[in-house]
Amino acid sequence: MLNHLQTLEAQSVYILREAYRNLGKLGLLWSIGKDSTVLLWLARKAFFGHCPIPFIHVDTGYKIPEMISYRDQVASDLGLDMIVHQNKEALAAGMGPDKGRLVCCKALKTDALNAMTKEYGFDGLIVGVRRDEEGSRSKERVFSERNQDDEWDHTHQQPELWGQFKTDFPRGHHIRVHPLLEWNELDVWRYIEYEEIPVIDLYFAKNGERYRSLGCAPCTGRIKSEAKNVSDIVTELLTTKTAERSGRAQDREDAYAMQKLRRDGYM
Amino acid sequence: MTGERETLKIVVTGHVDHGKSTVIGRLLFDTGSLTEGAVERVREIAREKGQRFEFAYLLDAFEEERKQGITIDTTRLQFKTEKRDYLIIDAPGHKEFLKNMISGASDAECAFLVVDAGRGVEEQSRRHAHMLALLGIPRAGVLVNKMDLADYREEVFLRIREESKAYLESLEIKAGPFVPLSALMGENILTPSAKMPWFTGHTLVDALDSIEKIEAGGSLRFPVQDVYKFDERRIIAGRLESGTISEGDEILLSPGGKITFVHSLESFLPKDKKKSASAPESIGITVADEFYNERGEIISSPADPPIITDRFQCSLFWMGKRPLAPGRKYKLKIATVSEEAAVEEILRLVDSDTLETVSGANEVKVNEVADALVRLRRPVALDLFSTHRATGRFVLVDGYDVSGGGIVTRAESMALVKRGFVKGELSARSDVFEEYYLSFGTRDVSRKSAGGLLYRVGDRVPLTGDSYSYPENFDVVVFRDGVAVLIREGRVYEILPLGDYEYSGLPVVNGSGYAVSCRSQKEWIHARDAFLAKGRRNEAELAQRYLDFNAYRRIAFPQADFVV
Ligand SMILES: Nc1nc2c(ncn2[C@@H]2O[C@H](COP(=O)(O)OP(=O)(O)OP(=O)(O)O)[C@@H](O)[C@H]2O)c(=O)[nH]1
Repeated sequence: MLNHLQTLEAQSVYILREAYRNLGKLGLLWSIGKDSTVLLWLARKAFFGHCPIPFIHVDTGYKIPEMISYRDQVASDLGLDMIVHQNKEALAAGMGPDKGRLVCCKALKTDALNAMTKEYGFDGLIVGVRRDEEGSRSKERVFSERNQDDEWDHTHQQPELWGQFKTDFPRGHHIRVHPLLEWNELDVWRYIEYEEIPVIDLYFAKNGERYRSLGCAPCTGRIKSEAKNVSDIVTELLTTKTAERSGRAQDREDAYAMQKLRRDGYM
Repeated sequence: MTGERETLKIVVTGHVDHGKSTVIGRLLFDTGSLTEGAVERVREIAREKGQRFEFAYLLDAFEEERKQGITIDTTRLQFKTEKRDYLIIDAPGHKEFLKNMISGASDAECAFLVVDAGRGVEEQSRRHAHMLALLGIPRAGVLVNKMDLADYREEVFLRIREESKAYLESLEIKAGPFVPLSALMGENILTPSAKMPWFTGHTLVDALDSIEKIEAGGSLRFPVQDVYKFDERRIIAGRLESGTISEGDEILLSPGGKITFVHSLESFLPKDKKKSASAPESIGITVADEFYNERGEIISSPADPPIITDRFQCSLFWMGKRPLAPGRKYKLKIATVSEEAAVEEILRLVDSDTLETVSGANEVKVNEVADALVRLRRPVALDLFSTHRATGRFVLVDGYDVSGGGIVTRAESMALVKRGFVKGELSARSDVFEEYYLSFGTRDVSRKSAGGLLYRVGDRVPLTGDSYSYPENFDVVVFRDGVAVLIREGRVYEILPLGDYEYSGLPVVNGSGYAVSCRSQKEWIHARDAFLAKGRRNEAELAQRYLDFNAYRRIAFPQADFVV
């Protein structure tokens, strides 16, 4: 019998292979954080050490600087095919969190992502979102359709059963593929621990603080923590009651902020 | 890996508003499974929007769901008891969202049906139960909720228990445990309720813990998902849907019918390297013989193959806006196969409310259930749902949308063997009557097939050809198919399983017509066991030791009219 992590791994590998086989042009959204690090690892497992899918980083220009240097290091170490995309126009026009958090998220993340999807003509984007992160993600499908305007018709989702995913859709639409949907935060860290996957050290406590979730520097806060390594983090999560994204400002802007962002194409 | 705890997937179903989301919300709340913010945020939102606090909001995350007070889409949450971990799946009860209920319930191991004590079993309670049966979910507990509205009276509980039990059992679903509770008031969730002293059965949490997990069974089914050639390895990738596969195993690829051996199990990391794997692992293998493989083939053991057919009978449910109509073309997806399909005939519609059947229907509308005959453009490998779940269930895609799902209830293998012997279910591939010619130019030996000849009991066989000559009486033993054929006086006298075959002293040839050297019962047993033993590495050795090409065969020059 497989244990919990092995079962999750097997299912995620299956999903990645279905995406690779059934969707035409495919990219993997890579945000440097723990979830996309696990995704990268699973992709290498699924394809036996190879990574036949390009990695995409939507760079808002406001990311915590260590994230960018770490990104470039990993990409060159593994010889990843990497696409970095930025909403240069918005940045040049002075877009930033001071214009309003949700306005900023929409311009630098959603709009940038949507423009990139169009520019490269992606049929599928692999994204590391999980059900336990927040409400609208909890309702997602593994293969989730976005229309020609990258919108998510969240109240009319397609049936998804028996591992038969949505692979038929009109040209111009695309599929968001969610291989980690059934994982939770603790699963991710336990897997990192078990597989000994290297992760960026922003997650580890310095001076009694660490990042629990990584994002843009101005909008992502640290939490109080003494967790200095992966096994400390696992222990910490076993007892904590605070939500993972409590340090992420955009989630708190309004009751349905994430639902609105995600309806427009946010990951 | 750490934490060898068991996980059970449970779906909570039932009629709209009977309290499914509230039950789950309450369960998570009472067991302390929620993060600090979660409850506060729901309180805050309720206050902000001027609504009363609902446990259901912990699951109904969409604005639309909270505004209308109903679940639109399914979600799943993890929670744990001392005994094990759970994945609890919330399903919408409204008829309009049945497809979302199906999406949520499709991979559950067990279900709970929530029934409102004041209202009893209603239309969607029955429809959900019917869907559970079609999804192959073998058990359903019943939660009689809102007991507070029925003054916690025992007879209300007993009446609903009988009513729901009868319906579930008529669907061949094992019913129980039955639990009276009030999700709103938190009665009988974690601890026995003082309000219902008459009830001595399980609390909700105990009821969950009382369910025994059934491990999925079945013999080897490994549908080919993809074939990779990223480096020098040619890897057949896929997920084991049932059974175990090991290095050295002899395997059959259906519907192609090729047989080969597992050469290796591949992995990304040395630590994952192993010689054997079991369902539900996602694996990759290399095989001994390199021939063309494609997605949709099913790998099994040769002794236990899937059914190969272009026609089957099924039970199906329809979720599409446009009704299912006979003759219309759909894409059918079963395991990793995708093939054009049409419904040949709707045998009967089944009314979810009464389970009565109606024949003569000419379409299946949204949310309806039917038995039907399906025809495929080409034969594929599949199974009966009753023997192999994953390769016995399918979805139908209408245009862009998954619009129906179903399970294969009856199917028979078409005659697969193009050359060889068949009798009923038994078939043996054989080229005993094929010619071997020497090409003048290349000096290669090539074979000329007599062209798709199948022999049945009673058929006369061509004992002599250009390049072979067999006696009037001899036996053909096809090891790879486990079948023996008795040839008497130039005719097929009998075709039987190898296990029933007895050596009679007559000459024995293998499926290719090479003599198997044996002069006694004892020598025959020796030879047979050597061929049946696993592993192909000793093939040359086996041939040297037990086979004689020249006994009945030679290599001939081709006839003038045959160009090699
Ligand atoms: N009095 C009483 N009300 C309850 C109880 N459980 C749920 N309710 C109420 O019944 C209403 C429906 O509850 P939900 O949990 O949303 O029902 P549901 O079955 O999930 O509904 P759908 O998912 O939309 O089908 C809510 O207003 C609940 O507060 C209970 O035990 N007693």
